[in-house]
Amino acid sequence: MRQIDLVVIGSGAAGMAAAIEAKKNGVNDLLILEKDDKLGGILNQCIHNGFGLTEFKEELTGPEYLQRFVDEVKRLEIPYKLNAQVTDLTNDKVLTYSSKEDGLVKLQAKAIIMATGCYERNAGAIMLPGDRCSGVITAGTAQRYLNINGLMVGKRVVILGSGDIGLIMARRLTLEGAKVLCVSEIMPYSAGLNRNIQQCLIDYDIPLYLSRTVSKVVGKDRLEKVILSAVDENLQIIPNTEMEFECDTLILSVGLIPYVSLLNYIDCPISSTKGAVVNQYMETMIPGIFTAGNCLHVHDVVDFVSQEARLAGRSAALYLKNEIDNNENKINIKPGNNISYVLPQFVLENSVDDITFKFRVRKPLKDQVVMIKSGDVVLGKVVKPALIPSEMVMVNLSKEKLQEVKDEIVISVEDR
Amino acid sequence: MKDLTCIVCPRGCRLHVDDDMNVTGNFCPRGKEYAISELTHPVRTITSSIKVTNRQYTLVSVKTTKPVPKDKIFEVMEEIDKLSVEAPTRIGDIVKKNILGLDSDIVITKNID
Amino acid sequence: MKQIHDVLIIGAGVTGTMIARELSKYKLDAVIIDKSNDAGNLTSSANSAIIHSGYDPEPGTNKAKFNVLGNKMYPQIVKDLDVEYIPCGSLTIALEEEQLEILKDLKERSRINGVEVKLLSKEEVLKLEPNINPEVKGALYAPTAGVIDPFNLVVHAMENAIDNGVAFLRNHEVKDIKKENDYFVVKTNKEDLYARVVINAAGVKADKIASMIEDIDWAITPRKGEYYLLDHYKEGLVNRTIFPLPSKKGKGILVSITSSGNYIVGPSSEFANPDDVSTDAPTLANIKASASLMVPSIPFKETIRVFSGLRATCTRHDFIVEPAKSERNFINVAGIESPGFVSAPAIAEYVVNELVKPVLKLEKNPNFNPKVKPYHRMHYLSEEQQNQAIKENSDFGEIVCNCEHISLGEIKEALARSCPPVSIKGVKRRTRAGFGRCQGGFCQPKILLLLAKHYGVSPTKIPLNEDGSYIIDHLIKEAK
Repeated sequence: MRQIDLVVIGSGAAGMAAAIEAKKNGVNDLLILEKDDKLGGILNQCIHNGFGLTEFKEELTGPEYLQRFVDEVKRLEIPYKLNAQVTDLTNDKVLTYSSKEDGLVKLQAKAIIMATGCYERNAGAIMLPGDRCSGVITAGTAQRYLNINGLMVGKRVVILGSGDIGLIMARRLTLEGAKVLCVSEIMPYSAGLNRNIQQCLIDYDIPLYLSRTVSKVVGKDRLEKVILSAVDENLQIIPNTEMEFECDTLILSVGLIPYVSLLNYIDCPISSTKGAVVNQYMETMIPGIFTAGNCLHVHDVVDFVSQEARLAGRSAALYLKNEIDNNENKINIKPGNNISYVLPQFVLENSVDDITFKFRVRKPLKDQVVMIKSGDVVLGKVVKPALIPSEMVMVNLSKEKLQEVKDEIVISVEDR
Repeated sequence: MKDLTCIVCPRGCRLHVDDDMNVTGNFCPRGKEYAISELTHPVRTITSSIKVTNRQYTLVSVKTTKPVPKDKIFEVMEEIDKLSVEAPTRIGDIVKKNILGLDSDIVITKNID
Repeated sequence: MKQIHDVLIIGAGVTGTMIARELSKYKLDAVIIDKSNDAGNLTSSANSAIIHSGYDPEPGTNKAKFNVLGNKMYPQIVKDLDVEYIPCGSLTIALEEEQLEILKDLKERSRINGVEVKLLSKEEVLKLEPNINPEVKGALYAPTAGVIDPFNLVVHAMENAIDNGVAFLRNHEVKDIKKENDYFVVKTNKEDLYARVVINAAGVKADKIASMIEDIDWAITPRKGEYYLLDHYKEGLVNRTIFPLPSKKGKGILVSITSSGNYIVGPSSEFANPDDVSTDAPTLANIKASASLMVPSIPFKETIRVFSGLRATCTRHDFIVEPAKSERNFINVAGIESPGFVSAPAIAEYVVNELVKPVLKLEKNPNFNPKVKPYHRMHYLSEEQQNQAIKENSDFGEIVCNCEHISLGEIKEALARSCPPVSIKGVKRRTRAGFGRCQGGFCQPKILLLLAKHYGVSPTKIPLNEDGSYIIDHLIKEAK
């Protein structure tokens, strides 16, 4: 069995950034495994702009953004395999992949970075009521059909869910000649970024219905109509509030879920984000297995994916140099008031770096202060004029402050 | 008086512009620029894709090098629909110069080998 | 010149295809038709997929007879047809003290039906199934029950029948049937077909077909069953099929492993019209509540799909396996609801030996081969076997479905067989590509383009399921 220092699984915005950073930090024996036939992952189909403002200080499209990383991977001569699907993983970091050229290959890795991205919640996962006709499709799949293959999924479209891909697809389908009738969002606020509401919906007079969801899908073979109903504060359908839309397509943009089936093979605890539980090094509970990007938690901005992945890449390098001590004291990080989740879920004391906590709020809030507390001790405070669930929040804590911590840290959002 | 959502970056600031064109709510100077432009001559960058003639069921992505007037979006799209290229393509390759005389080019945004 | 077939079977569900396979043991001109574009597209692909032991049907009924006979045939059938089958056994559990009496009644019924069962104490139940409600009082254990891959059972039975000489006509919906001279004229939405013997295995529409010949004193009143399908996220939630006590409406809402290692929860039971396979939130909520009584820790958040199927429930409350009253050459095989899957091969033998033989001279087909050519299911092969397969055909190394790790080779293999898939769901049912947590989100475009290329048609022609359920509306830049 081939021994290898580092395997990076996935070559999207996270995988390539992680591999590049690991290489720059002295990891020379490494390999990227990509399941698709090209590097770049899902960015290949994200042809809209808005990427790279943080990373490159300019506005790029998805393919342009990924090409910067591809060029760097090639410049640094980082080896990669395409059409290579990882099919098995063990606690001892033995990994199996399958490819046309190599057959089944087993690798004994010293460190692994999982950068496998996310998948879309679909009709099954949300138990979409009604018929099982065609014409119901997730936004990302519709995006792939359209942007990669030039195949249009419909002419008259309703979009369920106001996630960013749904909004982007509303504009894209409109520009390609489809009629987007409306976007329906079950929550009382949008799940997408404000700017996408503006430039994808308002620009094209596409109505956004809040607190409304699909109560029935109707169609014998192909979708014929969709019924939307209002929901109450418990998200339960209110009778007699039906709106009927004749349409041939229902696009689902109802959330993304970390795609981590590989973690099912190993004893790696999973958090409420459905990604792995990690420490400040983006290291899972299995020492030497790191993870970053959308397979850890779903991001709204790709630049932050690459940023997070660089941390994982650098950490893997540290780990290979035995500079991460997994036996150190663990400090648990807990989400407090108004917070749905916080990363990392625990930190090892005596941190190499300062720590960035990432979290999302449960609902839109104004005039808040983010509190980082351990017991009664306030470790940090950041004022935030406005917070929305669709935007990931980051706050920093210096490594010196960790010394003041007793047993756990609570991050919360309080009224100012 | 007008309230706007800034589309310059993912932050999406809520901008407020008063009758004298004073902008508030912007986190950075680009927000101010956007607000004034949006109220005087709104523009948008268009991203789309065009056919690759020597590949089956394959498109290559394109964009306008400069934003074009918002009210010209569909006219520009009509022009983009007429375009096609042959692979290989390289990012930055110009497919159409100065589209509709709007001082913006249509360029390739994806490498296809 | 019109071709008069010896036998024409209407309906390519599990019953029809099993009969077709049984007929292919003889030198006959047999044809099987279905209104769908695939075999097993309706009720046969939306059910619990249980090979019942036979403890439950009332002694002396067709259900009891064929269930018990069929159950014994399955170990050989799954070998011949290369179908996943897990003989996991079933537990029928009593959650209240007074229900223990009913278990004893069921045990007595099992004895009469000739089915091996055992009464288990609370402790024995919890040892076998630790996740069952600890309030359980006891259970009836039926070791001969099992779970099967329902899709490939039907498709492979069809394939085997075709390989042995039966013709399969898809997208043929029967409009009318008339007797002319000594044969039937079967008018379809396409051409007219002619046959000396007609076998009506039309599932939820069997009463409609039977009425084309004579007035009947029975009817099909379809009952819809809705289900949850859960991901195979971990082993051991349950290890077999768990039933509540049966009621008048059926065997109740079960919790079971599936042959693919997923978990299935359902079905509900409500009367529905014969085209309605929708799902609705209140029904699913009821299923959840009932199932959670038996297994409190079912992780419904792992649901990857909800679906419904129709049972061909008959007003006679038993399987109808008999000739029409006025016409010996017209055989009704109707009302095949649960336990239909397990009964199908036994029904098929009976139909051919007892009902077809008296009206048609049957001569053995010397070339009959009971086996389908084995399929490569990479997932179940050892590492060496997998590498060998990839060495022989590198397509087996290229994974198309990332969730279930299904290779291009497996999909192409299904396409190369005599009953190939024509739709996305056809591929999914045969190979499991698209069966996982992303439900085809990643692999559907690849499979769609593969199908388009294979059949030499535009991607707009590839259906999700039935013809008409197209996925791609038009090519970009074309229909503005």
